[in-house]
Amino acid sequence: MTDALLEVRNLRVEFNTRRGTLVAVDDLSFEIAPGEVLGVVGESGAGKSITGSAIIGLLEPPGRIAAGEILLEGRRVDNLPADEMRKIRGRKIGAIFQDPLTSLNPLYTIGDQIVETIRTHLPLDAAAARRRAIELLGEVGITAPERRIDYFPHQFSGGMRQRVVIALALCANPRLVIADEPTTALDVSIQAQIIALLKRLCREHGTAVMLVTHDMGVIAETADRVAVMYAGRMAEIGPVQAVIHDPQHPYTAGLMGSIPSVGQEVERLPQIEGSMPRLDAIPPGCAFNPRCPRAFDRCRVERPGLLPANRTLAACWLHAPERAAPGAGPGWSEGAVHG
Amino acid sequence: MAEVRIPPLLEVRNLVKEFDVSRPWLNRVIERAPRQVLRAVDDVSFEIERGATLSLVGESGCGKSTVARLICGLYGPTEGKVLFDGVDLASIHRRSDMLAMRRRFQMIFQDPYASLNPRWRVRDIVAEPMRQHRLASDDRTMRSRVDELLVQVGLTARDGEKYPHEFSGGQRQRVSIARALSSRPEFLVCDEPTSALDVSVQAQILNLMRDLQRSHGLTYLFISHNLAVVSHISTTVGVMYLGRIVEIAPTRTLFARPLHPYTRMLESAIPDIEMSGKARTPVAGEVPNPLDPPPGCTFNPRCPHARDKCRAERPALLPFEGARVACHGIHDGWIPIQVIPAAA
Repeated sequence: MTDALLEVRNLRVEFNTRRGTLVAVDDLSFEIAPGEVLGVVGESGAGKSITGSAIIGLLEPPGRIAAGEILLEGRRVDNLPADEMRKIRGRKIGAIFQDPLTSLNPLYTIGDQIVETIRTHLPLDAAAARRRAIELLGEVGITAPERRIDYFPHQFSGGMRQRVVIALALCANPRLVIADEPTTALDVSIQAQIIALLKRLCREHGTAVMLVTHDMGVIAETADRVAVMYAGRMAEIGPVQAVIHDPQHPYTAGLMGSIPSVGQEVERLPQIEGSMPRLDAIPPGCAFNPRCPRAFDRCRVERPGLLPANRTLAACWLHAPERAAPGAGPGWSEGAVHG
Repeated sequence: MAEVRIPPLLEVRNLVKEFDVSRPWLNRVIERAPRQVLRAVDDVSFEIERGATLSLVGESGCGKSTVARLICGLYGPTEGKVLFDGVDLASIHRRSDMLAMRRRFQMIFQDPYASLNPRWRVRDIVAEPMRQHRLASDDRTMRSRVDELLVQVGLTARDGEKYPHEFSGGQRQRVSIARALSSRPEFLVCDEPTSALDVSVQAQILNLMRDLQRSHGLTYLFISHNLAVVSHISTTVGVMYLGRIVEIAPTRTLFARPLHPYTRMLESAIPDIEMSGKARTPVAGEVPNPLDPPPGCTFNPRCPHARDKCRAERPALLPFEGARVACHGIHDGWIPIQVIPAAA
């Protein structure tokens, strides 16, 4: 028995389509400790949002959990009936989505929505719930909350709406918040504010966060550990500094190299050739092998599991015990750069 | 010292675009509401030399895309001029002359899903500008030219038979680039061409754009909100805030020595993976309502250095040591200049 808050074991999410079954998440395992921020990165289609939806029990059909289990505080939540899951959602797991406009009901004031959520989960009367809602809105940085609690969502700007959504996610003091691209729809200056807010609140409340994003910069500033996903599988997982500065999977190394940064003057950005395979055409062996500059025979036939590699775990045969030689990093050498 | 000055390929002079966002006439009469005018672009001037890349950065609503559209003629300017190769676009009246001019500049849009006709084959999409401008004498020439273009942007000639939905976002953006290049333009306006793409694909597209710039001698106007991308691709950067350029400088100067407090704020707001652990300085406040911009410098409510002068008098965009900046604090010397040490 571990003391992990959330445990995902061998999760497999499938979509049945007319053309056959697509595996969107394949044998994914990870844990989140109480109060920890786990960043989940990957390109579109890597399965990161699907993983988030699976955890909060909001997978949209035809998506379904085909195998594996999800444990929250040691209790299985992936097979709960819908009404039990609804109690957990909001109370134990909060959610923040990319577009704050779609997470708020345009026909109700934000006060109504927050009070409703609070009263669904906490034994408070209407007046106390309203007091708590005002307090929360103040905490997320909305000025004059006692007046603006009676505003409708459209009366707020994008950044302010995202603050309301954060207040809504945190209002029942959940143990875990799933934040799916919380800053992607926002401008950079607002992004910084929202990230700082999310970090501060979760630290104060001791809430763990699963932060799903494609923005490595956001992860670098916020997360304790990072999980890198590729084609529905875990490519690498480890402490944020290790994954960013010393990535052990060639995919992670390529991904890091392709991010332009201010002040770095390079003629060309290192690029990974090709694109992520479609879900109906995932190659055998390691899913990354056709694009990998260091692939060898074993990569094309046998799928690697997560192997200890320096300070991280990487799903890459380069780190197989019989191969691992000191200094054998996955360096994205010049030769790999497309000429 | 008299040198023959080669005119810049594109020159924009005091460009203004106003949008009428008033309520309908009847409402105005009944509610006695005045007309409301949104000044989306307010007195913007810049020039782009041949072979250079000018980027405009700013947050949503700052008017950068409107500038792009004004240059392409998708909107008519309220005031000001756009000169392409020394010719005022508004002075061209004959349709054939305009068409000839149009051939020389093309546009790439942000969303590669919306900008390609889903019912056309890629071959026809790429060939359309050639048809429009009658650039190919017969179908065979056109076909071989399309094949050549597809290969240039990293696709294969066979891809011409496919429909846009068969491609990923990055590949679609390659199709958009092939289409833009098919009329052999000199100037490309790129409105957030990589914002909808994943980082690894973004790197591919940025590299492709650089290669094409070199091989075709292209000039770019690049619109983006991503400072890191901008620092990589541009020779000059203009920072826009509420419809105006607040600072414009050569890329290296702008990033090494940001002058305007807004530029500094944008730079400190970039999540930087290199310096993780550094405290970002989140700037308080949001962009004010463009319908009712604050008096004086429009940035003054968010500016940590604002003084009374900033609230009263609008700063002009004036030269300052190799850059041009619109800030009283810089020109009057009360804002200290910071030089950011170059990254390794």
